[in-house]
Amino acid sequence: MATDTTPTGTLPEHAPRWKRLPVVHQLRTSVGLQRGMLVAGLVLTAVFVLTAVLAPLLAPYGWAQLRADGELFGSHVEPSSDHLLGTTVAGYDVLSRVIWGARTALYTIVIGVILSIVIGVTLGLLSGYFGGWLDRVLVVVADAIYAFPSLLLAILAAIVISGGQSSMWGGVMATAISITVVFIPQYFRVVRAEVVRVKGEAFVESARVVGAGHVRIMTRHVLRNAVRTLPLIVTLNACEAVLTLAGLGFLGFGIEPTAAGDWGYDLHKALADVTSGIWWTAIPPGVAIVLTALGVTLVGESLNDLADPRLRTRRRAALVAGEVGTTSVVPGGVLAAGPEGVDGLDALEGAPPEILPESEPVSGPEEDR
Amino acid sequence: MSTPVVEIRDLKVTFDTDAGAVAAVKGVSLQVAAGEVLAIVGESGSGKTVTARSVLGLLPETARTSGAVLLSGRDGSDVQDVTTVSSSALRRLRGRDAAMVFQEPSSVLNPVFPVGWQIAEGLRAHARLTREQAREQAIDVLRRVGIPDPEHRVDHYPHQFSGGQKQRIVIAQALVLNPGLVIADEPTTALDVTVQAEILDLLRILPQEFGAAIVLITHNMGVVADLADRVAVMYDGEIVEQADVRTLFASPQHPYTRRLLDAVPRVGGVRLRERGAPTLTSRPVDPEAGPVVRARGLEVTYPGRLRKPGFTAVAGVDLHIAPGEVLGLVGESGSGKTTIGRAIAGLTHVTGGSLEVLGVEMNGVRERRFRPVRKRIGFVFQDPATSFNPLLTIAQCVAEPLVVHGVADSPQDARPRVDELLEAVQLPRAYGDRFPHELSGGQRQRASLARALALDPELLIADEPTSALDVSVQARVLDLFARLQVELGFACLFISHDLAVVDMLADRIAVLHRGVLVEEGTGDEVLGAPQHPYTQRLLASLPVPDPVEQAARRARWDGLRGA
Repeated sequence: MATDTTPTGTLPEHAPRWKRLPVVHQLRTSVGLQRGMLVAGLVLTAVFVLTAVLAPLLAPYGWAQLRADGELFGSHVEPSSDHLLGTTVAGYDVLSRVIWGARTALYTIVIGVILSIVIGVTLGLLSGYFGGWLDRVLVVVADAIYAFPSLLLAILAAIVISGGQSSMWGGVMATAISITVVFIPQYFRVVRAEVVRVKGEAFVESARVVGAGHVRIMTRHVLRNAVRTLPLIVTLNACEAVLTLAGLGFLGFGIEPTAAGDWGYDLHKALADVTSGIWWTAIPPGVAIVLTALGVTLVGESLNDLADPRLRTRRRAALVAGEVGTTSVVPGGVLAAGPEGVDGLDALEGAPPEILPESEPVSGPEEDR
Repeated sequence: MSTPVVEIRDLKVTFDTDAGAVAAVKGVSLQVAAGEVLAIVGESGSGKTVTARSVLGLLPETARTSGAVLLSGRDGSDVQDVTTVSSSALRRLRGRDAAMVFQEPSSVLNPVFPVGWQIAEGLRAHARLTREQAREQAIDVLRRVGIPDPEHRVDHYPHQFSGGQKQRIVIAQALVLNPGLVIADEPTTALDVTVQAEILDLLRILPQEFGAAIVLITHNMGVVADLADRVAVMYDGEIVEQADVRTLFASPQHPYTRRLLDAVPRVGGVRLRERGAPTLTSRPVDPEAGPVVRARGLEVTYPGRLRKPGFTAVAGVDLHIAPGEVLGLVGESGSGKTTIGRAIAGLTHVTGGSLEVLGVEMNGVRERRFRPVRKRIGFVFQDPATSFNPLLTIAQCVAEPLVVHGVADSPQDARPRVDELLEAVQLPRAYGDRFPHELSGGQRQRASLARALALDPELLIADEPTSALDVSVQARVLDLFARLQVELGFACLFISHDLAVVDMLADRIAVLHRGVLVEEGTGDEVLGAPQHPYTQRLLASLPVPDPVEQAARRARWDGLRGA
């Protein structure tokens, strides 16, 4: 199921497969400011993901490393060639911790998003498809969870999971679980609404007439048509995960520095430094948090705009455009048909593919009504 | 007839779309004289709606327009070019010089305001009027469009009117400012034939009573024959022929016009299935075998909400379909014809009486017991746009019944049979790899037929399979349908609101009215010599695509309605 619901479903178009992937497709169709926003978001997100994945290669030191060649780094060392962004009060290398922190953030995002997608989509699908009392109960529960502040929940989860003693996985799981709880209702609502809509469509009824069972109808016909808007929620979800992780760390429920890099924890420890003029401990983790959240949000926002034909900007048509499509639903033309009968009528609604060029614009009528 | 009310000169409209620029109208020139009814006909995508909307400047932002649309006031003065005029001037001339009647009356009227208020809104936008004056005028125009008791009805809300009355109100809304031109975009398409006839009556008197010219956009050639003075035929963004209505129907010049007129189904016309002997061996029909479907006192009631009584859609219908027989089921919307089809397919619960489908009693049937029977039933849905899963290819969709019933293990495994089926419905094999949206409406409907026939069913239920299609495309699908029925010999319940279409295909015709079967018999019996008054009314209200004959029929219809 998880493979079906990940936001990499393909769009049914005749383009190479990679061009039909959600984000790539939008990138190709966007223009102007919207394209700029999307590209900026994608670049920021890519930098974040690459940093996280390549942390062992990029980071000059480990996240908990205090000494190199048997020599202590020292506390509050100013940026230099040894320590590009200086060291913290505890004597850790700032740059290394920021780089390793990306890895922790990525873990949180991946686990949080996967958990909430799997649970939220499953519940939404069942609830929307079967309806009845299950649906009513789940909707009420989802509404109740909406009222929960995620940070409070995360603190609770952190205490329950690791008794406040934060290991890396304790911190990551606390954040991921609280994010999951808060985001399940969002996935649930969106998927449920879509399922209710799709369930009424003729192709689902047609599957019922054919005699397909519930499981087959749900997985093959309903689910894939109900997850189109998920990429947007995924980006919101990811952004919220980063911010909650940072918030937990900042409040002191974060991950111990010996367990993993944690931007929130570093910010917390840098609080006192700011007043004494030490800038290099606070700014790098802060900038990392902002840029990651910004990148993910930009991707989400522009995907949202591009998904809505009313918000999408298009290239202006020149009045005497060189290549102009036709709106006729009868490519080839009705005129090509001969007298009544199969031979004549064959051309009536579309020339066979060898006559019809592959680049024929597919149906203007739906678009321009 | 001195100055035209509107003159369109070399109008070109291009739309920006995701797929690049699309030319919808390519150089159209038209004139409408005062008090004239001009019909613009053409299939979907031919640019007829875009042309008409450009007169009111109602095109979306993505449209680029060139050419001139010269609209003059009622007295022939104050000629303005709508394509270049400022938006405030455009607002002034909308409603005053030209007004619009839309297709779907229930979505045009705002449900939260009384109809009188909505009519007065147009008045107040153009002149300073007191509430009482506006109300007076609204009542007056409602009376003139034939709403009974307008003093009282003016304060009612749209949902308190019937569909036909709502369309009258929309027309009243258009007429209240006394415009010189009314643009009616498919004004009767959403209505039943008997209601359509009444609205056509109303539109007919507009030129005389209100002195308004009408631009009528329609694809229904019967409506054109009934109403129009002059006809412009559009094809692919151009006007291919313009002529007086009698001339056009009597001697169409352009090949497309001829083809269009040929494709229009007529009552008492060709019976498609009698044209030739079957080319393949027919399925042997066993005369001893019982009927495929037998309904006795069939009742279907939809449960009411909030303790209101339920709605009885089908009230005691008796019918049977013999093996290899085509039963045409006709009726207006709400007559229960679709409900009967859905009950036979097991999509709707039977609540009373008895319905036997292929030997299974459907009243109180369990899905488990009915599932094996499903493979012997095919179903073709009305709307080709939604009856395919948009994410599966055509081949996967057509293979679905084969996979579900274990005939094939996977869609790939079923491909040889799918190719065979696609060829049977005259689609190229390669179309199997396309997605549903890449096919035209008619092609999709043929693929839908292929899916319904995948398991070689004994019974096919076709629920308005051609009503969403253009006339020329409809002719193609019906032809194929008749051919396959003769070849494969399946029994069929063919549901339609169009008497002419049913007449082309069915062995027997059953007429349904408010859930009750009022008449049943062969095509010649039911349509040739209708016995029941409802059937007579239905038949008389159907406009025929021939202006001369239609004039005679209109007289007869007026007589019937008076009775």
